[in-house]
Amino acid sequence: MIHTRGLTRHFKVKRRIVEAVRGLDLDVGKGELVAFLGPNGAGKSTSLRMLTTLLRPTSGEARIAGHDVRADPAAVRRRIGYVGQGNGAGHYFRVRDELVTQGRCYGFGAAESRRRADELLGTMELEDLADRDAGSLSGGQRRRLDIALGLVHQPDLLFLDEPSSGLDPQNRANLWEHVLRLRDRFGTTVFLTTHYLEEADTKAERVVVIDHGRVIADGTAERLKADLAGDHLVVRTDNPARAARIADRIPLVRDVVTDGDALRLRVPDGAAALPVLLRALDAATVDVWTAEVLRPTLDDVFLALTGRSLREAEGVPA
Amino acid sequence: MRFATETGIVFAREVRPNLRNPAGIVFGMAQPVVFLVLFGSLLSGISWGGDGAAWQWFVPGMLIMLGLGGTVSAGYMLMTEMTGGSLDRMLVTPVSRSAMLVGRTAKEVVLLVAQSVLIVLVVLPLGFELHLVGALVALLLLAVIGVGLGAFSCALAVLARKQESLFYLVQQTLVFPLLMLSGVLLPLDGAPAWMRALSRVNPLTYVVEAERALFAGQLSGTAVLHGVLSAVAFAVAGVLVGARAMRFTGD
Repeated sequence: MIHTRGLTRHFKVKRRIVEAVRGLDLDVGKGELVAFLGPNGAGKSTSLRMLTTLLRPTSGEARIAGHDVRADPAAVRRRIGYVGQGNGAGHYFRVRDELVTQGRCYGFGAAESRRRADELLGTMELEDLADRDAGSLSGGQRRRLDIALGLVHQPDLLFLDEPSSGLDPQNRANLWEHVLRLRDRFGTTVFLTTHYLEEADTKAERVVVIDHGRVIADGTAERLKADLAGDHLVVRTDNPARAARIADRIPLVRDVVTDGDALRLRVPDGAAALPVLLRALDAATVDVWTAEVLRPTLDDVFLALTGRSLREAEGVPA
Repeated sequence: MRFATETGIVFAREVRPNLRNPAGIVFGMAQPVVFLVLFGSLLSGISWGGDGAAWQWFVPGMLIMLGLGGTVSAGYMLMTEMTGGSLDRMLVTPVSRSAMLVGRTAKEVVLLVAQSVLIVLVVLPLGFELHLVGALVALLLLAVIGVGLGAFSCALAVLARKQESLFYLVQQTLVFPLLMLSGVLLPLDGAPAWMRALSRVNPLTYVVEAERALFAGQLSGTAVLHGVLSAVAFAVAGVLVGARAMRFTGD
């Protein structure tokens, strides 16, 4: 569904060239659910805007649903749905009107457009708001409307740019339920950007990590975590400094740090390493109060790849 | 055919909020009407020869002024939607960019014509003399120039990107001289030579003169011909520039 080679986009900002996306190579097959993960300014949205024909690439190529974004953008547009970061519905337009218009834009007749609009008002729980101006809705309500607008024509390929930002956990769950149902019913390919780690972790089947306009990792969340981050062991003890010296001598142990009465370290396989560590501490008569294995997060993956945590990378502008 | 359908879809979307709130249309023209009544009455006090003469001269110019103020809001609305994100949503649909431009502009033009009809109705009891055929042609001409103004305004909105202040700055800088140099408010007969020279290269001048001739019941003559030619040329140029600009909206 998505094939890009060397996709690149430069922007000119105050006479300086900013390379927002540098040579993106990406292949996404039919029916995949892929999360594009990276800090703000990593190039996620710029990539998405190129894939959805909103932005012309500086160089490289992209084929979406079998059509070239540059040579035949109209064909691409017919096959895809896009939920951008902004408000999809105009401020002064009524909720139902916008949904009906959207259906008309995709070539459905007036009656069919109304039917689809009413159906989506139902599934996205917007019925009570149908006659309100979009500008009068709350953030969460608007987001639901945005998603509804992207689903009117049941696209083969759905792009979502930070779909859950601004949603409370309840609405986020509803959104996901809807996206997953759509996928089950129609085999929709879903490509979304997110900087919510746990969303990429638990929902996406495949995670593509992007930083500074380049793909730096690509795989299932499990695979990335096992290959790139490893598990954390946290042990609370009466003598963390001594415990740290002992832990350092155990093979495969990395990143040993102490933090108050806690000793933290990283190993490829936490379940196997914990007994080894405990035996070594016991032999050295270090008292251990608690011990736990922490599974890595995608943040650990990002940290391992870039030396920065995703959260701290957030603060750094493009 | 597809272009017409798509333009219709965009037009219908744009006009629906106005239809849902017809009072807004009336309020939208409150300012020009107040201006018209005050300024026009002021002019009537000066000796113009004849009761309705001042209106006859002033109303056509007023409609052009209304056109300048109204159709340029096509650009403003476009900019709002560009900033808000709803334009992106439309741009990802198969609807062509030029249909988006023309549909939006058409909505402003229809509003403009509706408001013009209301203004003519307001001044009728004040001594404005109505020549029906001429007035209808005049409204048509107004619609043509409105398309050009709306399209240029959209182009400006795209070029200014998301900088609202820049959009207003350029717009205001252009609108006022265009207005003064077209003889809308005051005749340019007594103006310095350089002003008169500038007014001769202002397409609006010819349109204003044609509007006056048409509202006076003259259906032919050089004034009308020149007005029609410059309005059509202006509209064609506007749509070409606007359609070209629309292709860069996503950038």
